[in-house]
Amino acid sequence: MDLVIAVLFQLIYVISNLALISLGLAIIFGMMRVINLAHGEFLMLGGYTVVVATNAGINIWVSMLILAPLVVGIIGVIVERLLIRWLYGRMVDTLLATWGLSLLLVGIVTSIFGASTGTTVSPPLGVVRIGDYSASGYELFLILITIVLLFSVWLTLRFTKLGLLARGTMQNAEMASSLGVSTSRIYMITFGLGAAVSGLAGGLLAPMTGVLPTIGATYIAKAFITVISGGSAILAGTTAGSVLLGGINGIFSFIAGSTFGEIALLLAAIVLLRLMPRGITGRFFRKSL
Amino acid sequence: MTFSRRSFLAGSSALALSSAPIIGRAQGSDKIIFASILDLSGGLDIYGAPMAETTKMAIDDINAAGGLLGREVELKLYDAQSTIQFYTQYATQAAAGDRAHTVHAGITSASREAIRPTLARFKTLYFYNTQYEGGVCDFNTFCTGSTPAQTVAKVVPYAMNKWGKKVYIVAADYNYGQITAQWMQRFVKENGGETLDVEFFPLDVTNFGPTINKIQTAKPDFVISALVGGAHVSFYRQYAAAGMNKEIPIASTTFGVGNEQTLISAEEGDGIIASYSYFEGADNPTNTEFLSRLEARLGAGRPVMNELAVRSYEGAMLWAEAVKLAGTPDRDPVIEALRSGLTYNGPSGAVTVDAQTNHCNMNVYIGDLKDQKWNIVESYEAQPPADTQLVCDLVANPDQSTFLFENGLAAAGIE
Repeated sequence: MDLVIAVLFQLIYVISNLALISLGLAIIFGMMRVINLAHGEFLMLGGYTVVVATNAGINIWVSMLILAPLVVGIIGVIVERLLIRWLYGRMVDTLLATWGLSLLLVGIVTSIFGASTGTTVSPPLGVVRIGDYSASGYELFLILITIVLLFSVWLTLRFTKLGLLARGTMQNAEMASSLGVSTSRIYMITFGLGAAVSGLAGGLLAPMTGVLPTIGATYIAKAFITVISGGSAILAGTTAGSVLLGGINGIFSFIAGSTFGEIALLLAAIVLLRLMPRGITGRFFRKSL
Repeated sequence: MTFSRRSFLAGSSALALSSAPIIGRAQGSDKIIFASILDLSGGLDIYGAPMAETTKMAIDDINAAGGLLGREVELKLYDAQSTIQFYTQYATQAAAGDRAHTVHAGITSASREAIRPTLARFKTLYFYNTQYEGGVCDFNTFCTGSTPAQTVAKVVPYAMNKWGKKVYIVAADYNYGQITAQWMQRFVKENGGETLDVEFFPLDVTNFGPTINKIQTAKPDFVISALVGGAHVSFYRQYAAAGMNKEIPIASTTFGVGNEQTLISAEEGDGIIASYSYFEGADNPTNTEFLSRLEARLGAGRPVMNELAVRSYEGAMLWAEAVKLAGTPDRDPVIEALRSGLTYNGPSGAVTVDAQTNHCNMNVYIGDLKDQKWNIVESYEAQPPADTQLVCDLVANPDQSTFLFENGLAAAGIE
């Protein structure tokens, strides 16, 4: 029984982990149609923000929950103003531009911090006991905060004026513009928010995975697979994609080891996209956000 | 690494001035060429950067002592950028273009196997200064790093005596991890223990939750790891976050060669044990003197020395001794000099070439991690590369250039 609960806990953690690393990309790619290959580097920058801030003596919770999204959000706005805003509607060009951006960010961080970085931020919560098993309390916290994050993105999109304007602009920019919406500003804010969510995710994961200039590469493929499998509805899609792919990955990792876990995840995504080329929300929950 | 352009210019111009008389004597083309190919950028630079520093130091030391045979040694250092294709390209460049007298290169086993045939074809003497899984049997190649019979065979019984007989193995999913895991299972069995499970991980896995559950289910006496690279460092973090480091201890054959102990906090790393042929605490005057010169050279922010970095220095010095003994930098006499059982007394102690395998006899240490520093708890003198000796005999049959463990131990005829 303890084992079942412990495994279930891990399964939920794998799922929420996938949702956490994908949510920022869902906003930037799923909603704005910008293929952001620098998504992994946004996560990495969030991690570095936490490491630098805690080394400077700032409380770890403040660094993770406030500074990481703030810093990466600002970087996102700068990137949008300098690079992305010239490229809306040109998906292949955004791919090339953000790939270049990703290489640039890795290069800059490497030259500042070196190739390997001492990450002496430990997960700031103790151990949770499940009978004979133990799990990290911080993992439980990450599960909860992922749920909170999904919920607040939903609230923002559904009930705020900004959410309404953003959704309208993404659906039909010309119509929104003729109704008096400054679409350029909306694009900038949305991109910045997407980057901030990525930064938050990167900051939250730093104590669990450590930071390296190249750590983004380990996230980027999974994030894209999750968002594409999820389909056009960003929240329902990301959640459904994470539950399906994370669940399969977690179960197979436990039964047959990590290698098979990764294979099962990729295989599931291929089969899914063959059957539903527009992702899960292209067929189910179409009306959702 | 703190290294400004200004200090680099100042340092290198001073060097140029001080070495001017030697250049005059050496008359340009008369130099002996020493090529080195290492990963100085990309994912593997945690290993490559310190190796490059000690290689540079070795060449400077040789030249400061008047060069070799009255000739200056010139270092050609190439950055393979953690990309195998660059290894092949630069190996060709070093052998055919630079006409290097020796090439010291490679970190991963994959990079070694990419360039070994190239250097054999060009008849260019090759040194591989990295700890690895054993099994290279090549007349032209000298493997100076430790192999499983030297380190794994020591750490497994040590850990079993200390903690118990039930072992759980976690390893990286490529030839180093796979073959090392086979050695671990063999040594566990030889010492009367039991391997509960073996698990392999692709190099980009960062979530070890399911494995930690499995370890809790299996209840081993200890975990032994051959995990590799930056992403895998998360295993030690997550293991500690689940409180496991207090319950089931870890031994490792890889933790430390990338200075991983400085990447995680002291509480997360305390109590991990590992075995290498060098730790900074190696108690001999050469080592003390080596470390203080390194610090004078690179400042207090110098990289922590590990087996890979120190063996890169010792490998270069071993080659230099062979050139002196042979009286020429040409390949065949130098190989003969090395295979005469040549010894170099370096920071790790005596390193002696074993003519049967072109590997080295070396001291081996077991270290216990405390506050991000290794304390040597056991040392073994002059350990032979017994694994490769089982299958390789270059004295009886010198005309060999193979990697015998390519398809695992069973395929090499080891039970």
